[in-house]
Formats: sequence, structure tokens, C-alpha cells
Amino acid sequence: MTTDVGNGAAPAGSPDKAGTDKAGTVRKLDRVVIRFAGDSGDGMQLTGDRFTSEAAAFGNDLATQPNFPAEIRAPQGTLPGVSSFQLHFADYDILTPGDRPDVLVAMNPAALKANIDDLPKGGILIVNTDEFTKRNLVKVGYAADPLEDNSLTETYQVHKVAMATLTIGALENTGLGKKDAERAKNMFALGLLSWMYHRPTEGTERFLREKFAKKPDIAEANVLAFRAGWNYGETTESFAVTYEVAPAKLNQGTYRQITGNTALAYGIVAAGQQSGLPVVLGTYPITPASDILHELSKHKNFGITTLQAEDEIAGIGAALGASYGGALGVTSTSGPGVALKSETIGLAVMTELPLIVIDVQRGGPSTGLPTKTEQADLLQAMFGRNGESPVAIVAPQSPADCFDAALEAARIALVYRTPVLLLSDGAIANGSEPWLIPDVEDLPDLSVTFATEPNAPDGTFWPYLRDPETLARPWAVPGTAGLQHRIGGLEKADGTGNISYDPANHDHMVRLRQRKIDGIEVPDVEVDDPSGEARVLVIGWGSSYGPIGAAARRVRKLGMPVAHAHLRHLNPFPKNLGDVISRYDRVIVPEMNLGQLALLLRAKYLVDAISYTKVQGLPFKAEELQDVLADVIKGVSE
Amino acid sequence: MTATELGLPALGGLVGVPTADEPQKAKDYKSDQEVRWCPGCGDYVVLNAVQSFLPTLGLKRENIVFVSGIGCSSRFPYYMNTYGMHSIHGRAPAIATGLAVARPDLSVWVVTGDGDALSIGGNHLIHTLRRNVNLKILLFNNRIYGLTKGQYSPTSEEGKVTKSTPLGSLDHPFNPVSLALGAEATFVGRAVDSDRAGLTEVLRQAAEHRGSALVEIYQNCPIFNDGAFDVLKDAEEASRRIINVVHGQPITFGGGDYAVVREGFGLAVAKTADVAPEDVVVHDAEDLNLAFALSRLSTQDLQHTVTGVFRNTARTTYDDAAREQVEQAKAAKPADLGALLHGKDTWTVAG
Repeated sequence: MTTDVGNGAAPAGSPDKAGTDKAGTVRKLDRVVIRFAGDSGDGMQLTGDRFTSEAAAFGNDLATQPNFPAEIRAPQGTLPGVSSFQLHFADYDILTPGDRPDVLVAMNPAALKANIDDLPKGGILIVNTDEFTKRNLVKVGYAADPLEDNSLTETYQVHKVAMATLTIGALENTGLGKKDAERAKNMFALGLLSWMYHRPTEGTERFLREKFAKKPDIAEANVLAFRAGWNYGETTESFAVTYEVAPAKLNQGTYRQITGNTALAYGIVAAGQQSGLPVVLGTYPITPASDILHELSKHKNFGITTLQAEDEIAGIGAALGASYGGALGVTSTSGPGVALKSETIGLAVMTELPLIVIDVQRGGPSTGLPTKTEQADLLQAMFGRNGESPVAIVAPQSPADCFDAALEAARIALVYRTPVLLLSDGAIANGSEPWLIPDVEDLPDLSVTFATEPNAPDGTFWPYLRDPETLARPWAVPGTAGLQHRIGGLEKADGTGNISYDPANHDHMVRLRQRKIDGIEVPDVEVDDPSGEARVLVIGWGSSYGPIGAAARRVRKLGMPVAHAHLRHLNPFPKNLGDVISRYDRVIVPEMNLGQLALLLRAKYLVDAISYTKVQGLPFKAEELQDVLADVIKGVSE
Repeated sequence: MTATELGLPALGGLVGVPTADEPQKAKDYKSDQEVRWCPGCGDYVVLNAVQSFLPTLGLKRENIVFVSGIGCSSRFPYYMNTYGMHSIHGRAPAIATGLAVARPDLSVWVVTGDGDALSIGGNHLIHTLRRNVNLKILLFNNRIYGLTKGQYSPTSEEGKVTKSTPLGSLDHPFNPVSLALGAEATFVGRAVDSDRAGLTEVLRQAAEHRGSALVEIYQNCPIFNDGAFDVLKDAEEASRRIINVVHGQPITFGGGDYAVVREGFGLAVAKTADVAPEDVVVHDAEDLNLAFALSRLSTQDLQHTVTGVFRNTARTTYDDAAREQVEQAKAAKPADLGALLHGKDTWTVAG
């Protein structure tokens, strides 16, 4: 049985033994994980999204994880075409979308087959029986109908519901054709689940009416299907128990639900506002980063220009050109796009201009797994250019955290005149969670000063005469009288910025550029070790924050202290990181790659860090990290 | 998807760029850097022509930017006392696009070569022309790779023997003017480096054009492709070969002995004496089909070479339109960050 560590409550979504509950029983739970699974065309993402909004409106803490194929419409009813949406909601602060579902909604045989192994024994399985035709069963390799034998009912609490038939029935009088009516079956499923978990419904009905405002008959059909699902639960008595998950006791404030890509886009908008600079996003569509472009293109009223370029290279080129002109240049992409942008990032290193490069990582190498998550671009960000070409690297740790990470990337880019790589990933980008909306007054001041006067002893302007503290060069934008100068990719003479092939100057400049990045002020890393007695330190970065944090809670609950440090800054590392590492007997580094951060930590701190890695295109499960951490802790205590 | 009418007025290419308070001279545009092209390089001639021409525009020097890629010609910005960026191979149009979008008050020039613009940077060139970004693109065409010491380029003639093609090149060359017109360029011109007056006239029109202006400049590389355009520099030969077109003028050359006439869907050269005056084609820079036909009249062997402005037509520029969208959005909705962050669905947790 999977247990995230809650307030000492019973196992989450604990299934009841069939027959022991009377109809109308209401059971209180501290957390539930629901997975909606169906064909790519079944609207599972929308269904999950709506349930999420209901949970958010109700005040639960939540975390979500969509999982969908790269193909827009894979062949219908096949395993590759299965799309799912997992949602974890709770009455306390949770960290992950959940390892395994307590409830699986399977809209067809493919969805059942692809997901049933994740459902723990005793879990609730709700199946749309209408799709269990011989043809569909054969398509996914079922020799016999699994709903007909006892294999499922022995293991799970199975609810067979003819969702399509019931939906069509409910829409009989709408005049809608069978096919159109049947398409609303996802709303039937949503209605049923909403009833089971006592969710508010007004938001969904309002949402449907707005979404289909131009097609009122479709809007009405979806609302009717939603209500039919609700009423089915209410009237049929086939569901003996319903469940309540109380609102979470979150910190005071106003919240909204947000995905990583939206939060990142908002962070860029905020960076423009806080710096007083126009933002120019030069980019090229790529999964899973395109939503950042989509979002930013809606906010031109904030002085944001979005430029969908002819390719990845032109995207970053336009961003750098805009930065040269005094705007905040931003480009967004995924790993393959970073590969194409490498040369321009090098030019930005050489020209020392501010630039934000957003990499929403996905499975690689090459095209890899476009819709799946991975953290394997860290070394590409760190070293993926010719020559000694240091850049700053920051990473968000959760969907909402993307907002702060974007502001931090902007701060570093603007203060130090450097490209900053912002490493998000597919799990964060599409996942969502509640976000404590910050007060605009509390956002950092990112205002910049452009050079306006000659700065050199000889009364001329030297574009590479640095600020002694930050080592940043002056940002003298075209149009500034008297400061005309030329920059470019060729090596610069220190100070004057003229072309220089002098050996000693090159050595000096290479070290100077490195020193500038090494000297970036970043906050110390904080260590989460409630007992203060931990001898094992787990270090993570990026989206593994949730699973590592949840795993750490679990092992502590079992009486094993462990410390958790999570890195926002991958380059430079926080100044206290070496000290932190040296305080522990063992250091373990879980990553969704083959040990890239571990390699950097070993190199820099000579620490014999244990690297725990997984590259399945999926986030870590808290339960597997729990075992890994427990093993290491036991090893240290022996 | 519906098109949005932005209602932009037709403007000159330099509108929005501040003008200088005092008259300028060519030397004002010379930087303190030593020019390091090979002796006899055609790039010197072009540099001098540009430095002499820019003062006639009367713009503030600090509002002029030269952006280049990689190649011999791309050293150009270092020698100009303006702002400049010597960027990376083929990418100058992309970088200049970002700059032009961000800054309506700049006159942005791209300096590139046949390898930089047509080989590694071909994609950026065609898309920049298609978008009609307000950039002036000077394409130095010497039909060879100079900086890498003598390999054939995308404009080298078929069969050319170079360091990388000892048995002769197999590549069919681009006609840069045809390519630009095919890419929807709104302004395309051509000049020969040694023809200062002709080059200056094309530059003048390019500067005044609002939008992308591609100017192909035939430029001699004395080291790796010397004499490539010699037939256009010998007065007698040039007279028979160069067809200089002027908007609104009948197209004749060779001291009036030859004329351009229509033939099928294209153009042909005829003896003026053999054709009726009304059959001599009158150049119309607004006419895309005519411009294209003129580009095809120019052959790789330079038997006929059309110079002057092939096409000059007005179309909304990408950068103007991009700024206009931002301005319209600002006018329609105030930039309220707090409201954006809150969105539509929020909930409040009490203390």
C-alpha cells in the first residue's frame, strides 16, 4: 500500500472491504490519488484539469501529472494512444502527484491494460464497459474480456459503468447525434467522480458554458452529461461509499492553481515589469515548451513581443539582438533546441549580454521522448558549447516555483550580463499545484542602468571595462551618443574590447569570464533536517523536489533521520554547499539522468556521492526513493 | 484565423531614426581600427562607398548599427564608427531582426557574403525577406569562400576548380536576386563594387525603402577568385553586358544599341534598331514578374548582368507590425501584473 506521509491518517484512499459499508456511508480521507485514463481523443486531460479546479476551489492541496503520447491522435483504442491525468489532492501539504492511483478510471481496454498494474490491491477501478468490445480487446491483446472473469474483482473494487450508453441516454432529448453525444462521456465520468468525492460542481458547469460559448448545444450537452454522472452515483446505490477530503491547512493567502509553463511565463512577464524593460521572446515551437510561447503571446499589453522564428537558432538570435538593443531577450525551448542554440549562447557569453534560455527538458537523446520528462540536459547546459563558455544555471523545483525561478534567472542575467539557462522539465511544465500568489509589491526590483557616459581614463568608452564587484561589463545600447563600439564573437582585449589575439590576454579573459560566473551571488542552500540528527544528506535539483521530499518524510516517520538539500542554483553552486556536504557521512543524489549532478558534485567537492538514477520518462516515485534512502541510512548506522 | 488590419501608414525607411545636428563627413564614419582586408580586396571599395554615402542620410551615427555574420565581409562593422556586432556564421539577419523589432529608432544594416547569407544562413535570409523586417542587407558576392581560403560557394559557377573541388564543383549556383524575389523580398538591387555611382544609388534607394532591402554587390576577391567580374569592369565589355535598370525608364544598354524586350514569359535582349520603340520594356520596380524575368536575364557567365533596383515595393514591415500589436494591446488593456497573477479562479486561506 502506498502511503505518502499525512497527518497520521489511515492509508490514503483506503478501499473498504466490499459489503461492510452501507449505502450512504461517508468516509473521511486525508488524501486521494485519482487517475483518469482513456484514449487520446477521450478528453482525459480536460477531465483531469476540471477535477483539479474543483479540488483547488474546495481548498485542498493538490499536485497533478498529465501523461500523454507524442502523437496528437495515435490510432484509436491502442496502447500508444492512451492518455492519462493523475491528480493527488489532500487535506495537508503534499509534494507529489502521487506514486500510484487509489482510483483508476479506465475509459477503454487500452487504458485499463496500460494502467492497471499501477493500481494497488484493493484500489477502486471504474470502467467504461461500452468500449470493451471484442475488437477493442483484441487490439490491445486481451484474449478474454477481463471484466467477465474474476481476475479484476478479486483484486480491486470494480465498478462497471456503461458510460457511453448512459451519456447518450441522458442526451436523448437534446437533438444531438449519437456520436456527438457519446463524446461527452468524459464529463459523465467527471460527474460521477465529483459525486464520489463531494466536489463542488458550479465551477465546472460555468467552465463548460464559457468554453463552448459559441456552441451552446455542445455546452448544454456537456453540462447534462456531467450532471448525469453525478446523478448516477447518487441514485444507483452501486457506490456504497463516498469520500471527503477536507480542505488543507495551507499558509494564509490567496491561491490559484498553476502549471509550470504558465508560472514560468508569468515570471517572465514579471521580470519585464520589475526591470522596466520590454521583453522580446524569440522562439520556435517545441514540446514541451510551446505553452510558454502561447502564454506570453497573450500578454503583449505588458510590453512583450513574441517572435515565432524560422528555427531555434533564429529564435535565440532575435532574443540576443533584442538584448543588445536594451530589451530583456528570452528564448524558450527543449533539449534538442538547446543543441541548436549552443553557438548563439556562446556568442552571448562572449558579448556578455543578458539572455534567458529556458530549457523545458524532455527525454533524450535526439528527439527522444518529447512528452516525457527527464533531467539529462544539466551537463549540456553546463558544458554544451565550444571553448570555456560558462553560464549561470537555475532550476525550478515545482510548477509554482517556476515563477520565482524565472525572476531569479532574470536577476542574474541583468546584473551579471550573462546568458542564464533555466532548466525546467516536462513534469513541472505540465504538472500543476496551488500557488500562493505573491504580492506585486514584494517582487524583487530588477531595474538596470544603461551606460550613458565614457568610462575609460582616456575619456573614451571601453565596452569591456568591468564593474569591480560583479565583473559585469557596461550595457551601452545603440542610440547612446558617444559610446559607439563594436562587439562580436572574436576574443576581446580586456577593457577596450578590441579584437585581440594576444595569448596572455586570451588566458586572462577566459579566466575572467569564468570568475564572473563563479562570483555570482546566490543564496545559501537550505537544509531540511527537522531532527538535526541526520547523517545522510540527499541532494536533488529540479522537479525531483516533490518525490525526494515525500520520501524523506516517509523515512523520518519510520524513525530514520535524513537531511534534504535542493539546489535552485546549479552554476554557480551556493557558497555553503561544500560545508553542508562535509557535515554528513553519506550523500546521495537521485536524478532522472545517469548522474549528472553527482558528477559535478564529485568533481567540485571530492565527495563520494552515491548516484541513484532512473530514466523512464516518469518522475521518481516517493516509495522507491523511500527504500533507497532507508538503505543508505541503514548502511551508515551499521 | 482572421487577419488583423493594423492600418499602418507607408513610411520611409529612416522614419523614426533621429537626425544629426551637424553635417557629417566620410571620416566621421571611420573607426579607429586598422582595416585588415587583403590588398586589392573589393571590400575596401564598398567600405569607402558606404562611409561616403552614410553622411548624406544625415542620421545620428549612434543610431546606426551594422550587424554581420562570419566571413571576410563580416569584419565590416569593426571599421565603422557606429554601433556594430560581428556575430556568428549566417545568423546576422536573425540577430538584426531582434534588434530592429526592439528598436524603431535605429537604422540597422546587415553585412554578409555569399557563403554567410546563402549557405549557412540561407534560412534566415529568406525568412527575413519574407517578413520584410526593416533591415538593409548588403550581400558581398565574390563567388568564393575567402576567409577559409578558397573553397567554392553557393554562387560559384558549376565545375569550378577550388581547393575543395579539385575535379570541379558539382553544385548548381544560386541566383541571389531570383532567390530574394522568390522569398517575397520587397526590395532587391544589385551593383558592382567598382561602380561607385551605381552602388551609391542602389544604397540610397535601399536606405529609403521601409522593409528588407537586399543589395547584391559583385565584389572581387583578389586572392582566391581574382578577376571573377573583370568582364564587367572593362569599359567596352561592360557596355555590352551591363543592363542598368531605372524605374520608369525604357531598358536599353550598350549606349542605346541594345534593348530588353518581352519574349514568351520572359525577357530577351535585342538590337534596338530591330525593334519598335514601344516594344522596349519600361522598367517598373513594382512589377514582381518583371523583376524576376530581369533576374533570369542575368546569367552566371555574366554575358548579361542586370544592375540597379529590380524591385521596390511597399509592404508593412514585420517590426512595425510587431510594435503596433504591442501598442494596440497596451491601449486595450492596462498592464496590471497583480490582476494577471490572480487570474480568474482563486481561493483564499484565512490565517
